[in-house]
Amino acid sequence: MLIKTKFLLYSAGAAALLTLTQCFYTDKQNEGEQLYTQYCANCHMDDGSGLRNLIPPLAGADYLENHRDDLACIIRHGQTGNIVVNGKNYNQGMPGFEHLNAGQITNILNYVQTNFGNNNPRFSIQEVEKQLFKCRHLLEQ
Amino acid sequence: MKRNKRGTFLPALLLGLAALSWQACSQEQSTGTGTLPYLGERQLVQREVDGQQVTDTVYHRIPDFAFIDQDSQVVTSLTVQDKVYVTDFFFTTCPTICPKMKSQMIRIYEAFADDPRVMLLSHTIDPKHDTVAVLRDYADRLQVDSNKWRFVTGEKDSIYSIAMQYMVSAMEDEEEPGGFVHSGAFVLVDQNRHVRGIYDGTDPAQVDRLIRDIPALLPKKKKKDADKN
Ligand code: HEC
Repeated sequence: MLIKTKFLLYSAGAAALLTLTQCFYTDKQNEGEQLYTQYCANCHMDDGSGLRNLIPPLAGADYLENHRDDLACIIRHGQTGNIVVNGKNYNQGMPGFEHLNAGQITNILNYVQTNFGNNNPRFSIQEVEKQLFKCRHLLEQ
Repeated sequence: MKRNKRGTFLPALLLGLAALSWQACSQEQSTGTGTLPYLGERQLVQREVDGQQVTDTVYHRIPDFAFIDQDSQVVTSLTVQDKVYVTDFFFTTCPTICPKMKSQMIRIYEAFADDPRVMLLSHTIDPKHDTVAVLRDYADRLQVDSNKWRFVTGEKDSIYSIAMQYMVSAMEDEEEPGGFVHSGAFVLVDQNRHVRGIYDGTDPAQVDRLIRDIPALLPKKKKKDADKN
């Protein structure tokens, strides 16, 4: 009887610990994924598929390769006007996320570059900072 | 003896842990079978039949309306007469949940593509920006048929007041991203314009349930066709 209650206590404790660590683990696991879910998935969808001819895909998007140097600026300042992704025209307008810092943008971009079946080179924070430094005059062209 | 005990405890412990973590991680969802409720305020009306007092329940009913769709067609209560329809409120420049709602609405559209008894009705809550031309472009880019899925605009006040009738919140608020507060609700309405269900249009599990609920409102004889899709 005693052994049994002890065991029950142990297992309850272990279970609590397990669920707790699990929650912490998934919280910290991937900032990029978390930010993506929070800020991008509403439009580009959880799997990066986009929405018909309204929202361009990120999954398998040639744009990510052809416009690598613009990506940080697109996230920070948004994008308007017609663009072509995988041969299709999109012209809906994406809002900017001015409050995201270079580190967060790096994490989001790396999540996008290495998920949804994408296998593009990762970004370093230096590369993102450099891009961000330049977008001011991209905007004022 | 001791070994024997451990032999049963360990699997039991593992099982318990598995059950616990499963419970912690999975979200409960109900399946929508059976009859659907009538939502909204109801009134009891007394009347006399053959000298006897009887009480009728009058369910909340969506009042008559008139809006303009992406083809500049007038959409009124007659358009949805005898149809089961799903309605929502959105705006084309919405920076938050709208694309997700639309991707879920497309699932409903496709599930009932061949069933003319089911319609979709999306109201813009930003009629100033979302003109007929803007809605036309939006619907074209979604590649959907106007007869099945109407995107409507109209007087701002009429849109906001009909939203209240559908029990959906929609209003302007400069503090909100995009300038509007609105809910991601999908409202299921029956042939008599009674609200029969409200679902979170951003949650695929709730939209699954909505898709399963719709056939319950359709006349039985063609139910098979609707189920098939
Ligand atoms: C309100 C919807 C919306 C949100 C939120 C959004 N985007 Fe976009 N995004 C768009 C649209 C629309 C375009 C196309 C813009 C155009 O037509 O000029 C686009 C274009 C892009 C592009 C370039 C085209 C492509 O598909 O490769 C990238 C990269 C991108 N978005 C990434 C992101 C990331 C990362 C986030 C989150 C930080 C995000 N977007 C959030 C709507 C959105």
